[in-house]
Amino acid sequence: MTVLEQPGPYRPAPPPAWQPRTDPAPLLPDAEPLRLLGTPAAAGLDPALLLELHGQLVRGRRYNAQATALTRQGRLAVYPSSTGQEACQVAAGLVLQQQDWLFPSYRDTLAAVVRGLDPVQALTLLRGDWHTGYDPAEHRVAPLCTPLATQLPHAVGLAHAARLKGDDVVALALVGDGGTSEGDFHEALNFAAVWRAPVVFLVQNNGFAISVPLAKQTAAPSLAHKAVGYGMPGRLVDGNDAAAVHHVLTDALRCARSGGGPTLVEAVTYRLDAHTNADDATRYRGDAEVEAWRAHDPVTLLERELTGRGLLTEDVIRAARDAAERMAADLRERMNQDPVLDPMELFAHVYAEQTAQLRAQAAQLRAELTAAGELPGAPEGGPQEGRQR
Amino acid sequence: MTTAPAGPGLKPATMAEALRRALRDAMADDPAVHVLGEDVGTLGGVFRITDGLAKEFGEDRCVDTPLAEAGIMGTAVGMAMYGLRPVVEMQFDAFAYPAFEQLVSHVSRMRNRTRGALPMPLTVRVPYGGGIGGVEHHSDSSEAYYAATPGLHVVTPATVADAYGLLRAAIASDDPVVFLEPKRLYWSKAAWDPERPDEVPGIGRAVVRRRGTSATLITYGPALPVCMEAAEAAVDEGWDLEVVDLRSLVPFDEETVCASVRRTGRAVVVHEAPGFGGPGGEVAARVTERCFHHLEAPVLRVTGFDIPYPPPMLEKHHLPGVDRVLDAVARLQWESDWTERTPGTAAATDDESGAR
Repeated sequence: MTVLEQPGPYRPAPPPAWQPRTDPAPLLPDAEPLRLLGTPAAAGLDPALLLELHGQLVRGRRYNAQATALTRQGRLAVYPSSTGQEACQVAAGLVLQQQDWLFPSYRDTLAAVVRGLDPVQALTLLRGDWHTGYDPAEHRVAPLCTPLATQLPHAVGLAHAARLKGDDVVALALVGDGGTSEGDFHEALNFAAVWRAPVVFLVQNNGFAISVPLAKQTAAPSLAHKAVGYGMPGRLVDGNDAAAVHHVLTDALRCARSGGGPTLVEAVTYRLDAHTNADDATRYRGDAEVEAWRAHDPVTLLERELTGRGLLTEDVIRAARDAAERMAADLRERMNQDPVLDPMELFAHVYAEQTAQLRAQAAQLRAELTAAGELPGAPEGGPQEGRQR
Repeated sequence: MTTAPAGPGLKPATMAEALRRALRDAMADDPAVHVLGEDVGTLGGVFRITDGLAKEFGEDRCVDTPLAEAGIMGTAVGMAMYGLRPVVEMQFDAFAYPAFEQLVSHVSRMRNRTRGALPMPLTVRVPYGGGIGGVEHHSDSSEAYYAATPGLHVVTPATVADAYGLLRAAIASDDPVVFLEPKRLYWSKAAWDPERPDEVPGIGRAVVRRRGTSATLITYGPALPVCMEAAEAAVDEGWDLEVVDLRSLVPFDEETVCASVRRTGRAVVVHEAPGFGGPGGEVAARVTERCFHHLEAPVLRVTGFDIPYPPPMLEKHHLPGVDRVLDAVARLQWESDWTERTPGTAAATDDESGAR
């Protein structure tokens, strides 16, 4: 056995002292969600903005009710309602500039409508006649995303690409509390922070992922706190206070636009309706909880503020209600018409140029439809089936 | 395949060099082309395919991303939505699986979902296959997953010229292309002029690599050299084998494949991926459907076994080799040509024509 010579105790030079790369203090969210309505700070709010928010909230509430009714009538396959979350939806739809992009999930059709999308187009996915009913590039609204949180990296990539091109474009990505548990949430926030991408993440914490409450979703102090681990600011806001959500999002977008990088905003809100029409919320939450949140309803909060400031006149109420009813009547009328379906379109957009195999399958379907008399006058190999390879 | 005859203006080049040159030329030709991946920047990629790109085009065009494949694929989707032409590198076949949801749920569907409004001109480079002595998770043949996903093109080169030509075509494509690079062919050489690369057929076209009359070997990627060697060895057995290189699994060039099988009357499909649910089953089915009356024998398959990829010291037993290909060729019912068979005889009825 060899005994190694021991010249003395091993004393490596001490490593440099560890320092955080980013001072975490300014990234931390406030302890309480920001509230403006009903506080002294509300005095500084622009009356025109409050009235616009009010009109949109009333319209949004009516939109949710109408879409839910259309589901009961069989006109929509399913509708994930945002009733109770209209403050987040309206603020998200209003804060963006024209060139900015919105990345909605399936529950965010209202935000897309507020941004300017035709409600019928926004509801195409949920009616089921196609997956996306609008041109995302035209409206700068990404397709409604169903796999949770998977749209977040898209927002990061798009915002990053826009900045590489030198364009003044910010992306606002919407996600729910359940979605924050997904790996894509983590990867998107990490990429966004490393690239300092001009993107804002809005988490609508509505208390439930279908039936699973937030306590079973995370042990974090708040969802906004997760931002600190990525090196971006986290902001906590009352998600039923439309003025506060608008204010926080406006700040975050300004920061992103000026090169300050991404922000994670957690808006604390509540889904007053069930997950969708197919869900039974009484299996996982009690009426008392729901009623407590109804007392903190976004429409009520804003109307109380407007009343206090003498802004909620009969004219304002009537104008908001009339506009909402007009929207609902138009939506009802158009959704009660059967959509025009073209089965041959199934093959039209799979590839830029159709493969031989798809051409053969399209021919098979066309023959079946022709034999069944369901394809009147469709031209053989018409343009609806795409270019041929 | 692996030797390089030096012609005028031609120097031996490796597949890796051709791939690198394709990326470089695509980036030089189109500022929308951006390369993203793990270690692709400063290091030049673990296989050095992106060597020099960050230096020449800047770190914004050849990006060392955080180590997260779903994030790479997902951000590339957003970049493509904004009009860029991302080329993402998945470091190894089995490391690409975290990106699978983005690929299947978004990359492959975005054009269809949006009625063509948002095409995905995105190339996904995946070094794949075994034979390099890699430890677990470094040798998968994952092509069946991609080929089973409508909306994706799935392409794999087997020659130096194709490595350049097909990668340029993939990057230029307005559809997403999963570009599978047979990593054991990275260092294969051929005479090739980087200043004047050979023109090759585009995506979706198979190529007959060796003319023959006895039977057709249908293959792609890393199994092509095996089949070419088998075809040479078969000459001693009296078989003149034709070899078809698919090059593109999706779109699948049925015409070239079926024309060959109709000429030879016999076919063996050869690939490294497991046989069950693998591309070989689809090829055999289509050949049978379209060439039934030209076939002298059932279409056979020589594939990897239906096992998780073996540890490196055992992989030689798994990978289809020349002997296994020749064994399959020997089982193509040479003893009784169709024209000579009488219905009801033993040779014409059930026979255990299993692939292996």
